[in-house]
Amino acid sequence: MASGMVRTRIWRDILAGCLLVAVLAIVPALIPARAFQDFVIRCSSMALFATSLNLLVGYTGLSSFGHGMFFGLGTYSFALLMQRTGVALPVAFLLTLLITAVTAVAVGAICIRLRLIYFAFVTLAMQMLLHSVVISWVGLTGGDQGLMGGIPRRSVLGVDLGLQYNLYVFSAVVLVAGLLLMRHIVNTAFGTSLRMIRDNEVRAAFLGIVVWRVKLTVFVLSAVFASVGGMVMSLFVSGAYPELINWPISGDAIFAIVMGGIGSFLGPAVGTMILLLLNDVVTRQTEYYGLALGLIILAFALGLRRGVLDFITERLGGRPAGGIS
Amino acid sequence: MLRIAGLTKRFGGLTAIGDVTLDFAAGTLTAIIGPNGAGKSTFFNLISGAIVPDSGQIVFQGEDITGLSRAAIVRRGIGRAFQVASFFPSMTVAENLQAAVAAHRGQWADLGRGFPRQGVRERALEVAEMLGLHDSAHVLSANLSHGDQKLLDIALGLALEPSMLLLDEPTAGMGPEERWNMIEKVQRLWRLQNLTLVFIEHDMDIVFGIASSIRVLCYGRVLAEGTPDEIRANPAVIEAYLGTPDPEDDA
Ligand SMILES: Nc1ncnc2c1ncn2[C@@H]1O[C@H](COP(=O)(O)OP(=O)(O)O)[C@@H](O)[C@H]1O
Ligand SMILES: [Mg+2]
Repeated sequence: MASGMVRTRIWRDILAGCLLVAVLAIVPALIPARAFQDFVIRCSSMALFATSLNLLVGYTGLSSFGHGMFFGLGTYSFALLMQRTGVALPVAFLLTLLITAVTAVAVGAICIRLRLIYFAFVTLAMQMLLHSVVISWVGLTGGDQGLMGGIPRRSVLGVDLGLQYNLYVFSAVVLVAGLLLMRHIVNTAFGTSLRMIRDNEVRAAFLGIVVWRVKLTVFVLSAVFASVGGMVMSLFVSGAYPELINWPISGDAIFAIVMGGIGSFLGPAVGTMILLLLNDVVTRQTEYYGLALGLIILAFALGLRRGVLDFITERLGGRPAGGIS
Repeated sequence: MLRIAGLTKRFGGLTAIGDVTLDFAAGTLTAIIGPNGAGKSTFFNLISGAIVPDSGQIVFQGEDITGLSRAAIVRRGIGRAFQVASFFPSMTVAENLQAAVAAHRGQWADLGRGFPRQGVRERALEVAEMLGLHDSAHVLSANLSHGDQKLLDIALGLALEPSMLLLDEPTAGMGPEERWNMIEKVQRLWRLQNLTLVFIEHDMDIVFGIASSIRVLCYGRVLAEGTPDEIRANPAVIEAYLGTPDPEDDA
């Protein structure tokens, strides 16, 4: 009975995901604007990244300020593997996941035991460290210039991702697959362990949960999904740039979470859309992008006191999925 | 069932628990009494692995569990509830208990199947019923009354199907009527679940009313141990703690 309900929930999510991809695949036939496709690709990349960060922030209560290191690591590892080795794209994809996971185990092992503000700052410091390595190791990374020269052999199962439309559909598929997987994670018993740790770590430990193992596992999982977002970005920009691994990118993901809603599974994805829209509109209108964005975020934080999606869910009488009280 | 030998814990210069040696026999309902700051909560924290003793030994069912992690001690069958009710405030009562049942079944790291898995819901409801929480199953635990939050905390410990349950002041912060209500539930649990139960309590009527044996802690030391009658007659306890003896009390 219980598992029947669970199964229905999964199929409903999968169906919604397929619908989204199908609709997106048709849109360019109606609106041929290239800008729209660019927007969706960037959105997919950042939404995966922001949602992955929310596994830590919203679900587990671990506020990482350096999550962008794994996004950036994804772009650089993937671009380097494609440029420097002869492996096919899917192989580079999988290898990048592996590299990210190994790095995340090492970083996580150091950070996971720290509390609150220390966790936040040490993760931030780790990202700064990685960024400075990228900047100074010019021979490998191209330093300030980033990795130029494009991504060769852009084909997956015979589909050429060098074509804008193909990359657009591909990024939508990756987004949906990533979201479905993360959705599944938060709906498992492991996902419940995350919430238990967020609510009351001591109680969780006294119910037999090995807290550090859960924290390290979710840290690595979220890093891996951030890295997938990074790879989509790498394909979009045809390489990798230091900005993609620098700390403000972590800030973007935090903004997206705050604006979209920390307590709703799709909140960070919605927040990403708002953030990118604002970004595009505001940069066109004013050079004071940072100031404008800061004011808007203040308005969200002080006015709504929650993200857009949390706000809507509560208005509809439900409890946000993350269940933050 | 549980043997404590020479247990000592210092916080800086303060000896919270000093050379405590105690036995808890299987199936007993033991009250621990003692003034505030006597080290009662610290004693529970030591047994349950929240803190590591400076010296001494804790043997549970013949096995030395000194220094084991909280999770490892839970797995061996020691559950607990806290002086300040401890639960998961963003979840409903049912979700709290399902989470505890899943944790007890070792599913807490399960990334494969959806939550809750087969049987977890039903078992959680059973546990809620044992403490009369089933009517509030879908109430957000943060919104429960103080008394129900204390019950939920106990229920979480009980979801682990422990052989020994440690309750730190189950009646803390309750009015007289609510207190007896709680204590009746605790007593019923102890009878029906075949538990070895140890509870910390300040209300002497309750202690002498239900406990089958009593331990008195004072400044980290065992002042006295024995049956209620023995404790009542113990001169050291009378002097230090109970005040004037009351020979007419026949509770
Ligand atoms: N983690 C701790 N660090 C320092 N001192 C502590 C700690 N826990 C308890 N104490 C001290 O140990 C003594 C015993 O505390 P506790 O066990 O809570 O007493 P009780 O539960 O009997 O009221 C108190 O003086 C308290 O301040
Ligand atoms: Mg106490």
